[in-house]
Amino acid sequence: MDFEPSDEPVALKILIAGGFGVGKTTLVGAISEIRPLRTEEVLSDRGIGIDDVEGVEGKTTTTVAMDFGRITIREGLVVYLFGTPGQERFWFMWDELSYGALGAVVLADTRRLTDCFPSIDYFEQRGTPFIVAVNCFDGADRYDAEDVRSALDLDPDVPVLLCDVRRRASAKTVLITLVEHSLKVLTASQSSS
Amino acid sequence: MTRWMDEEAGPVVRPYALIGGRTRSSGDALDLVALVTATGAAPSGGFVPGPEQERILTLVTGATSVADVASELDLPLGVVRVLLGDLQDHGLISIGRASASERILKEVINGLRAL
Ligand SMILES: Nc1nc2c(ncn2[C@@H]2O[C@H](COP(=O)(O)OP(=O)(O)OP(=O)(O)O)[C@@H](O)[C@H]2O)c(=O)[nH]1
Ligand SMILES: [Mg+2]
Repeated sequence: MDFEPSDEPVALKILIAGGFGVGKTTLVGAISEIRPLRTEEVLSDRGIGIDDVEGVEGKTTTTVAMDFGRITIREGLVVYLFGTPGQERFWFMWDELSYGALGAVVLADTRRLTDCFPSIDYFEQRGTPFIVAVNCFDGADRYDAEDVRSALDLDPDVPVLLCDVRRRASAKTVLITLVEHSLKVLTASQSSS
Repeated sequence: MTRWMDEEAGPVVRPYALIGGRTRSSGDALDLVALVTATGAAPSGGFVPGPEQERILTLVTGATSVADVASELDLPLGVVRVLLGDLQDHGLISIGRASASERILKEVINGLRAL
C-alpha cells in the first residue's frame, strides 16, 4: 500500500451524469455550494467574422458553464462534484472529466429512462464505478428500483436507488451510496491484484 | 477580454490573448482536481509571470485544485491550464495528485453522513 502521510491533501472527483433536464444541477446545488466554472469548446470555422485576433487563425471558443460543487470533508480532504454536460456536443469533455474519478452518479427519469443509456454505457466501458439514482419527479409513475435495474439491464452489483435531488438529505444518501460502492470496487480490485 | 453573444452557445470569449494565441501547452493534461502548489522558487531564465500567473502564485501558496484556480480567477479551464503549464515548466509550481485509499474513502463516507 502507498505511503500516505495524513497531512497530504487529497481531492476527489465525483461525476453527476444523466440526460437533459434530469436534475444534475439541482443535485449539485442541494448538497454543495455551486461555484462558477467555465470550460471552452473550440469552434472550428463557425465563428467566421467574429474572430480576427492576429495569429489565432480563425479559432474561437465558446465557454461552457459547468456544474461544479465542492464539499469540504476536513482540511486537506475535499470532494468535488462535476455535472457532465447533457448535450451530445459536449461529449469531448467526458474523457477528461472521468479520468481518475472516484465514481459517477447516473441520474434517471422514469419517464425518459433511455436518456441515461449513453451515460451507463460510457461508465461501464471506462470501468468507472457508478450508481443509478432515479430522480422521482412529481407526477411521474413510481417504479421500484428493481424494475429500473431490469429495464436498464444493469449488473446486479450496481446500486440503484430512488431519490429526490431537491432534498439535501436525499442528495446526501445518493453520494454516500456512491462512495460506499466505490469503496467496495476498490477493495475488490486490491484483493484480486 | 472581448466578449460576444452567440445566442445558441452563450458568451464567446477570446481568452487566447492572455496566452499568446496558444492552445497547447504542457498544462494540457492537467486533471481538474490535480493539486497545484507554489514552490516559492524565484522566476529565472528570463521568464516573467504575467498578471494572471502572479494571481495564481498568490492563490496556490497552499495546495489548490486546478478547478478551484479556474473558478477563483474566473477564467476558462483551457486558459488556466496553459498558464499553469508555463509556471510548471519554469519550476514555480508543483502539481500533484494523491489517489484515494480505503482509509480516505471511509473518511469521506463518515464526513458525508455528518453533513
Ligand atoms: N418536481 C421535480 N422537479 C425537479 C426535480 N429535480 C429537478 N427538478 C426541476 O427540473 C428542472 C431541471 O433540473 P436541472 O437540475 O436543471 O436538470 P439538469 O440535469 O441540470 O439539466 P441540464 O443541465 O439542462 O441537462 C428544474 O426546473 C428543476 O427545478 C425533482 O426531483 N422533482
Ligand atoms: Mg444542468
